[in-house]
Amino acid sequence: MAELLLELLSEEIPARMQARAADDLKRLICDGLKAAGLDFIDARAFATPRRLALVVDGLPVAREDVRDERRGPRVGAPDQAIQGFLKGAGLASLDQAEKRDTGKGEFWFAVLTKKGGPTADALTGIIDVAMKALSWPKSMKWGSGTLMWVRPLQSVVALFDGKVLAGEIVPGGAMKPIAFGDATRGHRFLSKGELKVSGFADYAAKLRAAHVVLDPAERKKIILDGASSLCSEAQVTLKADEGLLDEVAGLVEWPVPLLGTIDAGFMDVPPEVLIVSMKTHQRYFATTKKDGMLANRFVVVANNVARDCGKVITGGNERVLRARLSDAKFFWDQDRKVRLEDRLPALKDIVFHARLGTQAERVGRIAKLAAEIAGHVPGAERGPVEQAALLCKADLVTGMVGEFPELQGIIGRYYALSEELPMAVAEAIGDHYAPAGPNDRCPSAPVSIAVALADKLDALVSFWSIGEKPTGSRDPFALRRAALGVIRIVVENKIRLPLRNFFKADDLMAFFAERLKVQMREKGVRHDVVDAVFALGNEDDLVRLLARVEALQSFLGSEAGKNLLTAYGRAANIVRAEEKKDKTLGVKIAGGPDPTLFEQDEEHSLLETLRLLKHTKYIEEENFVAAMDSLSLLRVPVDAFFDKVTVNVTDKPELRLNRLKLLNQIRATMDSVADFSKIEG
Amino acid sequence: MSDLSPARAKPTCFQELILTLQDYWAGQGCLILQPFDMEMGAGTFHTATTLRALGPKPWYAAYVQPSRRPKDGRYGENPNRLQHYYQFQAILKPSPPDILERYLGSLDAIGIDTGLHDIRFVEDDWESPTLGAWGLGWEVWCDGMEITQFTYFQQVGGIEVDLVAGEITYGLERLAMYLFDKKTVYELPYNAASSEVPLTYGDVFLQNEQEQSAYNFEHADTDMLFRHFADAEKECARLVEKRLPLPAYEQCIKASHAFNLLDARGVISVTERQSFILRVRDLAKACCQAWLATQVKAA
Repeated sequence: MAELLLELLSEEIPARMQARAADDLKRLICDGLKAAGLDFIDARAFATPRRLALVVDGLPVAREDVRDERRGPRVGAPDQAIQGFLKGAGLASLDQAEKRDTGKGEFWFAVLTKKGGPTADALTGIIDVAMKALSWPKSMKWGSGTLMWVRPLQSVVALFDGKVLAGEIVPGGAMKPIAFGDATRGHRFLSKGELKVSGFADYAAKLRAAHVVLDPAERKKIILDGASSLCSEAQVTLKADEGLLDEVAGLVEWPVPLLGTIDAGFMDVPPEVLIVSMKTHQRYFATTKKDGMLANRFVVVANNVARDCGKVITGGNERVLRARLSDAKFFWDQDRKVRLEDRLPALKDIVFHARLGTQAERVGRIAKLAAEIAGHVPGAERGPVEQAALLCKADLVTGMVGEFPELQGIIGRYYALSEELPMAVAEAIGDHYAPAGPNDRCPSAPVSIAVALADKLDALVSFWSIGEKPTGSRDPFALRRAALGVIRIVVENKIRLPLRNFFKADDLMAFFAERLKVQMREKGVRHDVVDAVFALGNEDDLVRLLARVEALQSFLGSEAGKNLLTAYGRAANIVRAEEKKDKTLGVKIAGGPDPTLFEQDEEHSLLETLRLLKHTKYIEEENFVAAMDSLSLLRVPVDAFFDKVTVNVTDKPELRLNRLKLLNQIRATMDSVADFSKIEG
Repeated sequence: MSDLSPARAKPTCFQELILTLQDYWAGQGCLILQPFDMEMGAGTFHTATTLRALGPKPWYAAYVQPSRRPKDGRYGENPNRLQHYYQFQAILKPSPPDILERYLGSLDAIGIDTGLHDIRFVEDDWESPTLGAWGLGWEVWCDGMEITQFTYFQQVGGIEVDLVAGEITYGLERLAMYLFDKKTVYELPYNAASSEVPLTYGDVFLQNEQEQSAYNFEHADTDMLFRHFADAEKECARLVEKRLPLPAYEQCIKASHAFNLLDARGVISVTERQSFILRVRDLAKACCQAWLATQVKAA
């Protein structure tokens, strides 16, 4: 048993690409090993800002020869088949194949022998193939070379069983090949010279001594532990942020958390602004006080152990933050001198989309829509809805949103509050982009609901009107997200909104139906149940549609539901089978059955039950549970009917047709509640 | 690293920063060139970068380039935004394997002690829509502040490069503010405090920022600038036809600057903006192609 150690050292790899690249490297090498018939016990991959590393344990030192036989076509088969066989097996001609009698005739066989030999001989090729196949989100060439890698590749450690593998990477051009070796480098600033390594344990230990923590999980732990203890000394709490932690762990080989201070003068700027400044621009962690409010301390993670314990580094970072926050504070103070309402004319200068006019025009449309929608949202007064809709985009022309575009809406809310506009208006301005995704909060206040819906419906209707519809993976205007947002707001708040009133295009309703289906399937609703309800068509009230789906799902889960479905299946199958024989049958049995033609009690009692059913009334009342339950009354008479009555009586065509009419009526009745033919068993 | 010049004392003022960087990169084998004598938005527009990045010939050069960004003018009232500032640029083509070490050597030369500071290479892909150029690299951070833009050119003028140039761009004012611990650019010592006539950056440039901001935002004659743009565009195309890439490229630079001024004056709408950028890019591409033809022929 032996170990493979591979390290690819390069210039700094973007943080966001490291984890994926380490996984890909592991997968590609493991695939190569398996394809070469090399078993191993375990493979682990690691990434730091400068290196990808992989260790594979438990590889055999050498392999046996592997014999592989492939059966080809029959002897004398057409030439095309023979050529295909030869190509597939990698043979030049039939001289290299064998004829064999299998008992079912003579067939060609290819006998392929994969030569075994020292594992080391195979590894070089496997590494080469894996490196060529590893695809970075963006890659580049450097120097005079042609090789593509994420950033210039500097050295390759490739050791098997403690020995350097023969091999090299050729960057091309006039550049020297990078020979596989046993030497790497430590931390860029805290280590000097090369490190010779003999295997993974030695490698990891020497790296640590050279100030490189190889495992990203360990770097994350060091950051968290270090940051937490700094925070507790300062009596603040670290604001957890998994995404930021991942990124920061990808920016450092030797994490050194340091605690910095935000000048008190900035603490009246909205906390969202401080957090965005710190996180997106500087990769600092925010901290909170006991009461949960933002504290004036932050954690920066350095990649260096400084002689002065980080005083200069902390001071430098505080200064950078101060400069950034000075801008923010400047905007905060300046912006509030102009009322949101007075900013509206400036929206005329911002193009929303070349073919859809300016933001001012968009706001006009949103305000009109929001007022219409408000009529369907209980508690949404028209005045505040219109005011909020008119002002919802005004923050786009503030200095703060210019500097921090990701805070659109949030900033508008703060400015509305400082103008002392009604709370509901301010909240609606802040809420109207939400929900931005499945995990984002969904507006629930009436005014917010109306404006948030109007914002999304306008985008959908407008882009639809100029033919900008999402296709496949292309959705540049995030219309899928807008549709899902509408669905969430409507469904979670149970808003009775007739969507069709707002759509001018039928395929927009279909687009919604598709989104809703996807969403329900993701929530675990049976797809056939969804299909059965959607097949009714014409439903644009999502709340009613979902109530029907839920009722059907639970009905089908009940004993009565299952039995009735069986009965429905029998009725429908007979009618369908007969329809196949007689294309005009559908027309002939469209009307109700004629009771005077009935010959058996079971026919009478079935028709009587059908007539007495109250499902239509229940459907009108939107009591879908009761509508489904009422259908279960059909079960006894239907079962009795099938027990006692023969439908396809051969000698009495009129009687047969009448009985088919009865069956068809069962089908039609049930289909008015949901299309039961879509339900699978 | 041949041709090492004698170690200079750590810079204490703006001009010593420039001199130190020039000395350092001269020691790395770079030609020390002078600024290109036309208005341009960044050091990248200098022919020593845009054109020399193309073609099969090696090229090491460094220079200061006054950079004009009319829109960034703040009438001298913002402590770190200027419509005219200086970039120091080093370009090494093909990029040597130790280019990052050489760059770090320059930080040491200007007095950034890596035993005290935190230097980080943060992903930053560079793209110039007007030059049809892009590359991969980093922003280099010192204690959280961007001090350098580092780019490996992959394409220039829409043409894939033969040899990859490593481009290192220092924003001199920002770097100086950090080194000399000044809160505003105008307080930077331009020359040494011990000089016979010690002056600050503000003494030299504040009035220029005030007047040029007024020009950029209020007084630039837009009709004239539109005309200049059209003239330069026409002249550039004509010179490309004549296979004179260098004069043609100067017209491209003129068009680009006219566009920047028009943009600052706010007379170009969002949709028009894109089409102006594309028009400049077309000129840049044509010039680059014409230049490349001369290089390949010469090689």
